[in-house]
Amino acid sequence: MTTENLLILAAVIFTIGAVGVMLRRNALVAFMSVELMLNAANLAMVAFALARGGLDGQVASFFVMVVAAAEVVVGLSIIMTIFRTRRSTSVDAASLLKL
Amino acid sequence: MTGADVAFWICGPLMVLGGLGLVLFRKAVYSALSMAFAMLNLAALYLALDAPFLGAVQIIVYTGAIMMLFLFVLMLVGVDTPDSVVETLRGQRVLSVVAAAGMLALIILGIGGSVTAAPVGLQTANSAYGGNVEGLAALIFGRYVFAFELTSALLITAAVGAMVLAHHRRVHRKLGQAELADARMKAYAETGAHPGSLPNSGVLARHNSIATPALLPDGTIAPESISPTLAGRGADVDAPALSDVTARTFRAVERVVEEEEQ
Amino acid sequence: MTLLETIVPVAATGMFSWAWLMIAIPALAAALLLLGGKALDKVGPTLAVGAVWASFAIGLALFVSLLGSPVEARAVSVPLYEWISTGQWTITAGLLVDTLSILFVLLITGVGGLIHVYSLGYMAHDERKRRFFAFLNLFVAAMLVLVLADNYLVLFVGWEGVGLASYLLIGFWQHKPSAAAAAKKAFVMNRVGDLGMTMAVMAMLALFGSSAFTAVNHGIGQADQFWATLIGLLLLLGACGKSAQVPLQAWLLDAMEGPTPVSALIHAATMVTAGVYLVVRSHAIFELSSAASTAVVVVGTVTLLAGAWIGTSKDDIKKVLAGSTMSQIGYMMLAAGIGPAGYAFAIFHLLTHGFFKANMFLGAGSVMHGMEDDVNMRHYGALRKLMPWTFLTFAMGYLAIIGFPLTSGFFSKDHIIEAAFEHSTLVGSLALLGAGITAFYMTRLMLMTFFGEKRWLDGVHPHESPRVMTVPLVILAVLSIVAGAVMNGWIQGWLEPATGAHPHEVSWLPTPIGWATMAVVAAGVLVGWLVFGRKPIPTTAPATVNPLTIAGRNDLFGDAVNNTLVVQPTMMLADGAVGVDQRVIDAGADGLATMFTNLSNRGRRLQSGQVRRYALGLVAGVLLVGVLMILSQLA
Repeated sequence: MTTENLLILAAVIFTIGAVGVMLRRNALVAFMSVELMLNAANLAMVAFALARGGLDGQVASFFVMVVAAAEVVVGLSIIMTIFRTRRSTSVDAASLLKL
Repeated sequence: MTGADVAFWICGPLMVLGGLGLVLFRKAVYSALSMAFAMLNLAALYLALDAPFLGAVQIIVYTGAIMMLFLFVLMLVGVDTPDSVVETLRGQRVLSVVAAAGMLALIILGIGGSVTAAPVGLQTANSAYGGNVEGLAALIFGRYVFAFELTSALLITAAVGAMVLAHHRRVHRKLGQAELADARMKAYAETGAHPGSLPNSGVLARHNSIATPALLPDGTIAPESISPTLAGRGADVDAPALSDVTARTFRAVERVVEEEEQ
Repeated sequence: MTLLETIVPVAATGMFSWAWLMIAIPALAAALLLLGGKALDKVGPTLAVGAVWASFAIGLALFVSLLGSPVEARAVSVPLYEWISTGQWTITAGLLVDTLSILFVLLITGVGGLIHVYSLGYMAHDERKRRFFAFLNLFVAAMLVLVLADNYLVLFVGWEGVGLASYLLIGFWQHKPSAAAAAKKAFVMNRVGDLGMTMAVMAMLALFGSSAFTAVNHGIGQADQFWATLIGLLLLLGACGKSAQVPLQAWLLDAMEGPTPVSALIHAATMVTAGVYLVVRSHAIFELSSAASTAVVVVGTVTLLAGAWIGTSKDDIKKVLAGSTMSQIGYMMLAAGIGPAGYAFAIFHLLTHGFFKANMFLGAGSVMHGMEDDVNMRHYGALRKLMPWTFLTFAMGYLAIIGFPLTSGFFSKDHIIEAAFEHSTLVGSLALLGAGITAFYMTRLMLMTFFGEKRWLDGVHPHESPRVMTVPLVILAVLSIVAGAVMNGWIQGWLEPATGAHPHEVSWLPTPIGWATMAVVAAGVLVGWLVFGRKPIPTTAPATVNPLTIAGRNDLFGDAVNNTLVVQPTMMLADGAVGVDQRVIDAGADGLATMFTNLSNRGRRLQSGQVRRYALGLVAGVLLVGVLMILSQLA
């Protein structure tokens, strides 16, 4: 297991998350894909920490987790609000802001 | 091959599988479970990568709190509507996959080969304060204490924001009992809808769930006695069939009694 | 080349340097009345009348002063201020008080003043009386600018000013669509003439570097014959527009939509004669070009007959008089075109016509006043008993216009006919014929209005007009009778400094041509009586197949001719231009706009509102930036 392997794994996970954001219509699934991308970034930082022999990467990952928690709370509230008014969690349905 | 290598070669592919499951499952619940599976594998990988604290946090915060929150919301908004397979945006799939593949190639090309030296390892860093958790604590409450305090402000703000968003104001005044009764009588006058309460679901010998329709004296079912949602799904119990069984049993019992009397 | 003017203007001294007050007073009064608001509703009309009479007083004083001056001092130039000063030109606004202009001043302010007084009665019940008098004063001021100007550019200011006043007053009863349309028509047709005027003035400025009368008169002598003809024809075009001469005659008949005092002042006595004034003032130009002066004669003769023709067949009393005005101005034009022999007679006839035609128009107004504003003569009849003053004064005007011996028309018209015979037998004969027709249609008018059986409509109670209206009528009637005799022996000599020496002998006794004229007039009157005096007049115009009558009733098809020759080609040109504009220019512009709209619509699809599209864009952007960075690294 080299750092390169870890980074490639992180890149693959990140890409899968991106594809999920682009392809899934369910807002919740898309949101989970975003979380997956965050996790991929965390993995990369942990890998870098290991490679460089410092703990700062792990601290950064920790902060990302905190921010992700906050983000999930607000994001899910928004999804709930949209669902309450539109009875749908499809991101395609929330396209009324266009011309 | 070290233990970390083994963990990587096991957890890595499983994580990819979990991610693919997240994207490919049509039902959101399966997606969420795939996600949780991927996160658990990631936590295991963290443990193998000399990050036991992060591994614990990953399990507690992500898998425990965040994913539960997701599932909770999923249950709220309804779990039984799988995504349609039909893509509504023209070319979205092909373009997405192409763009994602391009991005993957770009990342691997640009960053993947950037660190070629063997990992330094965290033994030195962890031993400075007596362990990984202590080392992280020293950093968080030392060099990064200001950022840490800011995250607390962020969490508070997020909590307040969630409350604001979740709070919803009544658009119409809540109707009182008299008004509801009036509305019911009016509906009766106009459409003939029955003003009283609907009949209960059937209480039969072998079933008394809300999926069981009530039987009228002539043996037919009372359609109002079960929820239209259940009837629409075909989840209702075939009550006459049930009563047939009972009737048969009764007849058998009566016959036995007659025979005994004779 | 010798100039016809025998004197050069002298600088103004004493009283003459105040000549500008004649213009300023009515102009100020007009401004005051227009801006003063309702506060002046009561005193306004009186103020306006006072302003005109004040101008008249100044004019009279100047006239008397000129009378007392030696002949060589009978032209006074009053420079006012430097108006336009550019690199090439310096144009000074100035006045020229000479024997010609002072007669006009007296005519304008005198007859204008009488008409102002008359209007006090005629317009007494009009709600917008203040505005009416303001416009009248504006007209007087503009007309004075026109006749007192010492150069063509200032004259043009007055020329446009009277056009504006005419427009405002024809359309004074703007609530009537016909009046609004008539005002517009007069304005537009005058624009055609004004175009000629403008081009003439520009040609003068280009050729002589000045538009002053003296400079132009000097310069034209040295200029090419071609330029004299061109400028002459352009000025004639301007004169035709203002004086309603063929081919720009069609507006005058419609202009009768204005209040009757307006018809009397502007469309009979003063403004429409401005064309004659212009030709006489520009005599140096017409002298040099026989083509231009012949054109004037032709226009005058044709209009003389056309106006008379129209006058014979109209039932509207004001339109008969309007046709008659055209015809009489035709006489003046004819005289002015004849040359030095005719200038003085043109002005002479202009003055007498100003008196008797104003008299008759005001008389017609008085009749209308008593007949509930009905203008159809077929609804009149037998009014001589009920309107004695109107009848008597109108009769004076009638005698004057047909040229009854010793009335003013007798002198002035006879001279023109004689001069016409001297010029050409054909023109003379036509002028003589015109006199006969004039007698015929005026007799018709008199008989239909004042004699015969009464043919009044129900509810009409004819009555004599108030004193404030009849007194001006009486004064004008007296002038109609005596003005000719008073001026006959004097006017040629008086005008000599301005229009040149006269080779024409005038006498009190009729010449052979004079006798012939009297005979023709008598014949006209007789025919008129035979046709209209012996049997009752039908109250509706009888259907007729007489082409002469049909043509006359339709204004000789002037509108149709204008429509066919000018309006329709112009409309076709406009349609063509619109077509080119729409199919070529607009299509190009629209095509460009459509192209951008389509592009924008394509671009707008990027903003689909679909979050997933945006995510795709984000990823694609990352990809693009990354590729670019790698490429730049490689390069």
